[in-house]
Amino acid sequence: MLWYTGKRILQMIPVFFGATFLIYFMVFSLPGDPIAALYGDRPPAPGVIEVIRAEYNLDKPFIVQYFLYIIGLFQGDFGTTYSGRPVSDVMAQAFPITARLAILALLFEAVAGILIGLIAGLRKGKLFDASALVVSLLLISVPTFVVGFVLQLVFGVQLGWARTTVSGDAPWGELVLPAIVLASVSFAYIVRLTRASVSDNLSADFVRTATAKGLSRNRVVRVHVLRNSLVPVVTFLGVDLGALMVGAIVTEGIFNINGVGGTVYRAVTLGEGPTVVSFIAVMVIIFVIANLLVDLLYAALDPRIRYAK
Amino acid sequence: MKKSRMGLSVLALLSASALALTGCAPGEPAAEDESTGDASAIITTNGSEPQHSLIPTNTTESGGGKITTSIFAGLVSYTAEGEIENEVAESIESEDAKTWTVTLKDGWTFTNDEPVTSDSFIDAWNYGALYDNAQSASYFFDNIVGFSDVQNTKDDPSGAVDEEGNPVQVGDPLAETMSGLQVVDDTTFTVELSSPEADWPLRLGYTAYSPLPKAAFEDMEAFGENPIGNGPYMLDGEGAWVHEEKINLVTNPDYDGVRKPANGGLEIIFYATQDAAYADIEGGNLDVLDAVPDSALETFEDQFGDRAVNQPAAIFQAFNMPYYLPHWSGEEGKLRRAALSQAINREEITDVIFQGTRTPATDFTSPVIDGWTDKLEGAEVLDYNPEEAKKLWAEADAIAPYNETFSIAYNADGGHQAWVDAVTNSIANTLGITAEGKSYPTFAASLEDRANDKLTGGVRAGWQADYPSMYNFLAPLYQTGAGSNYEDYSSEEFDNLLKEGSQAASVEDATAKYQEAQEVLLKDLPSIPLWYSNVTGVSADTVDNVVFGWDSVPLYHQITKG
Repeated sequence: MLWYTGKRILQMIPVFFGATFLIYFMVFSLPGDPIAALYGDRPPAPGVIEVIRAEYNLDKPFIVQYFLYIIGLFQGDFGTTYSGRPVSDVMAQAFPITARLAILALLFEAVAGILIGLIAGLRKGKLFDASALVVSLLLISVPTFVVGFVLQLVFGVQLGWARTTVSGDAPWGELVLPAIVLASVSFAYIVRLTRASVSDNLSADFVRTATAKGLSRNRVVRVHVLRNSLVPVVTFLGVDLGALMVGAIVTEGIFNINGVGGTVYRAVTLGEGPTVVSFIAVMVIIFVIANLLVDLLYAALDPRIRYAK
Repeated sequence: MKKSRMGLSVLALLSASALALTGCAPGEPAAEDESTGDASAIITTNGSEPQHSLIPTNTTESGGGKITTSIFAGLVSYTAEGEIENEVAESIESEDAKTWTVTLKDGWTFTNDEPVTSDSFIDAWNYGALYDNAQSASYFFDNIVGFSDVQNTKDDPSGAVDEEGNPVQVGDPLAETMSGLQVVDDTTFTVELSSPEADWPLRLGYTAYSPLPKAAFEDMEAFGENPIGNGPYMLDGEGAWVHEEKINLVTNPDYDGVRKPANGGLEIIFYATQDAAYADIEGGNLDVLDAVPDSALETFEDQFGDRAVNQPAAIFQAFNMPYYLPHWSGEEGKLRRAALSQAINREEITDVIFQGTRTPATDFTSPVIDGWTDKLEGAEVLDYNPEEAKKLWAEADAIAPYNETFSIAYNADGGHQAWVDAVTNSIANTLGITAEGKSYPTFAASLEDRANDKLTGGVRAGWQADYPSMYNFLAPLYQTGAGSNYEDYSSEEFDNLLKEGSQAASVEDATAKYQEAQEVLLKDLPSIPLWYSNVTGVSADTVDNVVFGWDSVPLYHQITKG
């Protein structure tokens, strides 16, 4: 188990270098001069662009730029944005906010999704099950920004129950509505996944055996059905944590949350290499760790899976 | 050029154009009110994270501009109509429009109690112009004698040239200060321009001409985080600027200029999208919004009634046909440009695509600028006239047949696709040719092809005025060799009229010359005018006296609340 975990952590090193190199190259290859574009239709006095290009090492070949960035990284310097802020400051601001949003979203989709999915699976074909299927189908087919704008309009503008946008320091309370919007699609998938898995397991041999042993229905469902049904759900949640951490551009835009998605998007449009790469590097690490946790959880959930040497 | 972030329906995107507004066109204040309001009330309004630290000479975009304009007072400031009123200046005078004598009022201080003197201005301007400081607004000082010495003017001895064939510049600047700026005493200084400019004082309300205290030059980076100004507002203590989030300004008790605030301060909240800001003003979290998102253009006037603003701004939109393309130079090009211009139904497009938030163009400036007119000789070329368009196009075809696909290039990150498609459709339908939009993924990508003469068709062009003058709409864009004259238009007649205008003895004479110069442009059409952008804004019923200035920014100091 330890050996397995260690091996997986060591694998992060080549993944890290490969990902940063590729991303840096992609940002480098974006067409146009990012510094010239900062000035819009009016070029600054001659020389201004050259001075700034030199300041950001943009006048050097790609490979030199990349190595300067990596060397800086090992000295704890993530580079600076074109507005002159250290990228480490930007990360320290954006990641905690996105992390709070992702955790809330994950909690919502896990708790509500599994609960509703379980009930629907146990009452297959009944009204509750049918409604759950219709609602989840709706959530899957409607784009997130529609759900976002509608909830913002209803709860923020019309009912006034929530703030229309999230204020600067993004307290937990204000993030509830955005988290629900962010989680809506995944929530629908989890309902459907849990429901299918539960109804499959209900007719499995081990459930019949457990019932035949005389266990209470409650215990059969809790220990035998639910636990075994969670394996695919946990896989989904693990991958989704990564997606929630990095893919919230739309939700962040609607609720004016100053998080990771929007920051990376802006940095890409500005061609701001160090910002994009630093953020992506952290995201890659989050993804890898989330996947590792999922693999380890399998063993806990399903006794048939063991990680040997 | 003020650049601002323009929101698409979902994402805010960098674009070269901006939203702005006016005072000259008819437009009543959103709600006139006798009440003076609560003098300590804080007005909340929308903004965007400044591109750089808050140094006036490095602030040429609207996000930072609305902050530096509030915390600094220059020699003059602008009224809603774009006229200048003296702030720190007692007088700005010149005999020959070339050597200007500036006298300052006594008693002005920065918020650290340092007096505002001649040196405060001269040191700030020299800092802004110096090559090594790479300030984005350095070009504002390029007409002051000695500017070329503080820029790097020595050619690389190896003879290296850049992509455009200009010599690469190396070495240190020849001078640290501009010789055209001379201190006479603490409250008097003289400015010598390299060529006469009758309306030079009109420039001085622009934020780049703000004075700086001595503390700034000790550590400019730190100063930019917590600037010390002399304007109607000041930062609400250290760290009032929370990056990517907001900035809090409070009234400066020592300020005694023409923009004395009627409120207690400003909370400028940075939005990544205009949609989020609009939701906030609907939800009661925001008092004043100066940019309505595209998604609400159809409804905002009904929804906010007399609290909505929709009036022309100092923004001119057009598209240009490069002279280096076959079919687009000489007599043939001239005919084709005139045909294109008359093939576009500007009225319909501004109505349908922009819901009346654009005003069809009748010249090359803007209705908020003194001297704007719809009666220029030859302005009928800007009317929709399909018969005439077809006739001119056929005449051009007689010179050389055109069987290419016509295109207009635009940057996809700026929300331009809808109108480019409408314009190319209008052209295609009228002239019976194939026409389409050509999309570049980012503004940077389109700029690169444009600056390097690599376009394959027309290109979107736009201009937002830095200061309210016709000269600012004409010289940078169409003068031979000018910085933003990317398509290399060159007309001796136009250049001469422009020069005569800038040296004219009176503003009336200057205006006449600039109008004459535009009549040359109407014949040549180096740029095919489309429309003027309007400023669209709304205010909540918590505030009164919301008036938008000529530059599209609300006059924050006169807003009352409570």
